Amino acid sequence: MKVFEGLKFKRVSSPIHRLDPRTKFIVSCVIFAQAFLFTEFLYLIILFVAQIPLVLLARVHKQWTRSLRGSLILTLLIFFTNLIVGVVSNDFQLTSDALTYSTSMSLRFVVLMTSFSIFFLTTSPDDLGLALEQSHVPYEFCFAFTTAVRFVPVLAREAQTIMDAQKSRGLELEKGGFMKRIRNYVPILIPLIVSSIRRSLELAEAMETRAFGAKKRRTSLYALKITREDILTLILCLVLLITTVYVRLYIPIPEVTIPIPRL
Amino acid sequence: MIEVENVSFTYPSGVEALREISITIGDGEFVAIMGENGAGKTTLIKQLNGILKPEKGNVYIDGVNTKEASVAELSRNVGLVFQNPDHQLFSETVEEEIAFGLRNFGFPEEEISKQVDWALNLLDIARYKKTSPFLLSGGERKRVALATVLAWNPKIIVIDEPTIGQDYTQKEKLRRFFNELNTQGRTVIIVTHDVEFVADCSPRVVLMYQGQIISEGRAKTILTSQEVASKASILLPQISELFHQLGDLGLPRDVIDVSEAKELIEDLVKRSKHHESL
Repeated sequence: MKVFEGLKFKRVSSPIHRLDPRTKFIVSCVIFAQAFLFTEFLYLIILFVAQIPLVLLARVHKQWTRSLRGSLILTLLIFFTNLIVGVVSNDFQLTSDALTYSTSMSLRFVVLMTSFSIFFLTTSPDDLGLALEQSHVPYEFCFAFTTAVRFVPVLAREAQTIMDAQKSRGLELEKGGFMKRIRNYVPILIPLIVSSIRRSLELAEAMETRAFGAKKRRTSLYALKITREDILTLILCLVLLITTVYVRLYIPIPEVTIPIPRL
Repeated sequence: MIEVENVSFTYPSGVEALREISITIGDGEFVAIMGENGAGKTTLIKQLNGILKPEKGNVYIDGVNTKEASVAELSRNVGLVFQNPDHQLFSETVEEEIAFGLRNFGFPEEEISKQVDWALNLLDIARYKKTSPFLLSGGERKRVALATVLAWNPKIIVIDEPTIGQDYTQKEKLRRFFNELNTQGRTVIIVTHDVEFVADCSPRVVLMYQGQIISEGRAKTILTSQEVASKASILLPQISELFHQLGDLGLPRDVIDVSEAKELIEDLVKRSKHHESL
């Protein structure tokens, strides 16, 4: 459940929070593209380090580290899968290349995780909906999307309560063979699904009593505005993207490898 | 016996839910935990079967430290019924729902069917044996949830908000039922906001406020103290309120029970008639 912490919006005022959600989305996409353009250890580490000031600037470092800790298992899984494949395909020899490559792959995951964390932690669901609306997405879709995002933490909390309730009835999730363990989750998933459906029906009724969809065209109180900071950020992103694509195509990146620790 | 020793607990979100709480609950006691929303009542009962482990301090159930036992082991003796039944119902029939816990605890099949029928009758839901729990009303689902836990006959029964969604008749049945469990030597702990219900049951009352126990004692003492009640944001039972205001007539102020109130008033009326005739 800790992973979700990295996606939960926190209302603070920072330069990053004030950016237009569309700008932030493009920044995230550029970082995303960067991480996929390069497999070199050196570049990925630069990318990782470069994101830290952004996290600090947005003052979301606490949530960010929590989500990193939450995704630790997945990161380790990526690391070891790559390492094992590397070792096996190299006549069962641990090479410095394999070690570097698997570290890079894990770093890539962390970079992606961070860029999306920054986006979701600094963009309120309302802003996100507004951004979609002003990009001419039909209102019903925007509403469905923002509602879904907003209910993620609620669902996470509810899953925890259900787990507690079933454990109190003697359910042991870690007991039994592989199939049994999967079946152990039935008593958790069914109440979760049933209560979600119940809640969505209630939500629909509540919306209807407040005349949802009465008018075809909606106006909104807040309008998003692209400011000077947004334009600057976008230009910076564009420059970065062009430069890195150029580097990728024409300039070799100095190789940095991790030496195998001597045991 | 339940021993809670200097337990503190803080949620990951930073909410300090329990602050150095200590309480001992003996076998066969009937306890009502009361207090305003967010006082830490639910957090406290979740410590009793090990779902939450104390951050500081210790909880012992019959001498076993909850930190050293699994939730399943502890739950065999401490049956915890959650507030919202929708957080646990998942089976196709009420019968299966009740059997779930018994299967988890490894009861033999013939015993399971016996216990299921017993629990169904106990909570007045035998006619729904083959019905899907999802088709029942809120109050009925609540009783099914209660039956699922009572079925394995735990020594200690802890219930979060048992009276929500129950009509007067069902509440009265619940009250008699708790008393009955109690006379059978079970420890019954309820968390509730329902002062009238507590006044009728007359248990030991534990009042919580901001993660601490601010007062405890017999219902008669706690539920007649204006000062304590206002601090814990509870409204006193109507009988208690009435007698508080009638105090100037020379009546006792610590009355919460209807029959006691009736006797006192009859007495008063008789005396005043006697005065008139003189």
